[in-house]
Amino acid sequence: MNIVVASAVPLIGLITEPVSVTHYLVVGAILFVSGVVCMAMKRNALGVLMGIELVLNGANVNFVAFASPYLQGEGSRSLGLDGQVFALFVILLAAAEAAVALAITLNFYNNHATVDVDRADDLKG
Amino acid sequence: MSDLPMIAGALITAPLPVAAINWHSLFFLLFALVACGFAIAVVAADNVVRMAFYLVLSLGATAGLFFLAGAEFLGAMQLMIYVGGTLVLLVFGVMLTAQAPLVAIKGSGRDRVLAGIVGVALLALLLQAAFSVKPWRAPAAGVVAEPAATPIGMSLVGVRVDEPAVGAPAANKRPGYMLPFEIVSIHLLVVLVGAAYLARAKRRKVPRAIEVAASVEPPASVAEHASIGRERHRSGSVLAGGRP
Repeated sequence: MNIVVASAVPLIGLITEPVSVTHYLVVGAILFVSGVVCMAMKRNALGVLMGIELVLNGANVNFVAFASPYLQGEGSRSLGLDGQVFALFVILLAAAEAAVALAITLNFYNNHATVDVDRADDLKG
Repeated sequence: MSDLPMIAGALITAPLPVAAINWHSLFFLLFALVACGFAIAVVAADNVVRMAFYLVLSLGATAGLFFLAGAEFLGAMQLMIYVGGTLVLLVFGVMLTAQAPLVAIKGSGRDRVLAGIVGVALLALLLQAAFSVKPWRAPAAGVVAEPAATPIGMSLVGVRVDEPAVGAPAANKRPGYMLPFEIVSIHLLVVLVGAAYLARAKRRKVPRAIEVAASVEPPASVAEHASIGRERHRSGSVLAGGRP
């Protein structure tokens, strides 16, 4: 029965099969790439900040996937608590980074009346 | 996205028994689609306010993924710190700098093409790496994750309560996180003080009217005193409300 359905719809396996660590890695990869493209493409400084948040979240998804007790492999130890603690540190550092970057952005806006990162070329030689 | 009606149709026509549905996988699929879809929407959107909103949804769905992976403490922290704190900060930044020409700054077409090429190449590389991971099978049914809040809290003060049993090889012993915890806390303190210093309201160096008047010429009459008083009053109101 399952084979018939699976041949009818190739993606049905996503619902009937248990989740493996690869699923999480794919989600993390998409988040990471979205963040990198966002950082490279946006000219608004706040858009660049949002790209950084996305990148850090992609890394966090990977940490959590390798730390998950539900996705343990045979013969290989999961990261266990270490992965979760590292993800927690990443969240804290992201919060600190956002605070500082936002302060810099507001300062830049006060001095230049714009948040366009292409206009931030005062230090260009 | 075009697959969804097809799947729904297959679910109706083909008798997929409800027992065959892995609900964990179904919810994983749901959260993963929301997280990835809105992450791509963040990239595609031009309006910075919409980008902030899409980012909220993407990060919230990521917290759902954390819950599904058994990291419930981390999911709660993600919701509280990221969605509740960092993004409110970002939205404040958006509001403080939201002037009509700045809300939607578009990159040039060349930049977009270049970023797209780099993104697709990077995605191909990462997906190849993801699919080459040795297939970690899910453990036997019935495994229940231990609550993680207590072990995390204890490990932050240097005590590991999730250590392997006594008699396990010494290589399995893992140290606690006292030192990184202290470093992160000091770092957070320094960063917050620095951010407050950077973003503080600066008082402009405008010479006060009475000093200007005094430097020009000493006041000679009562009438001049009165005019200086008026001028000082006017410039004071300018100072109070005049920041652009």
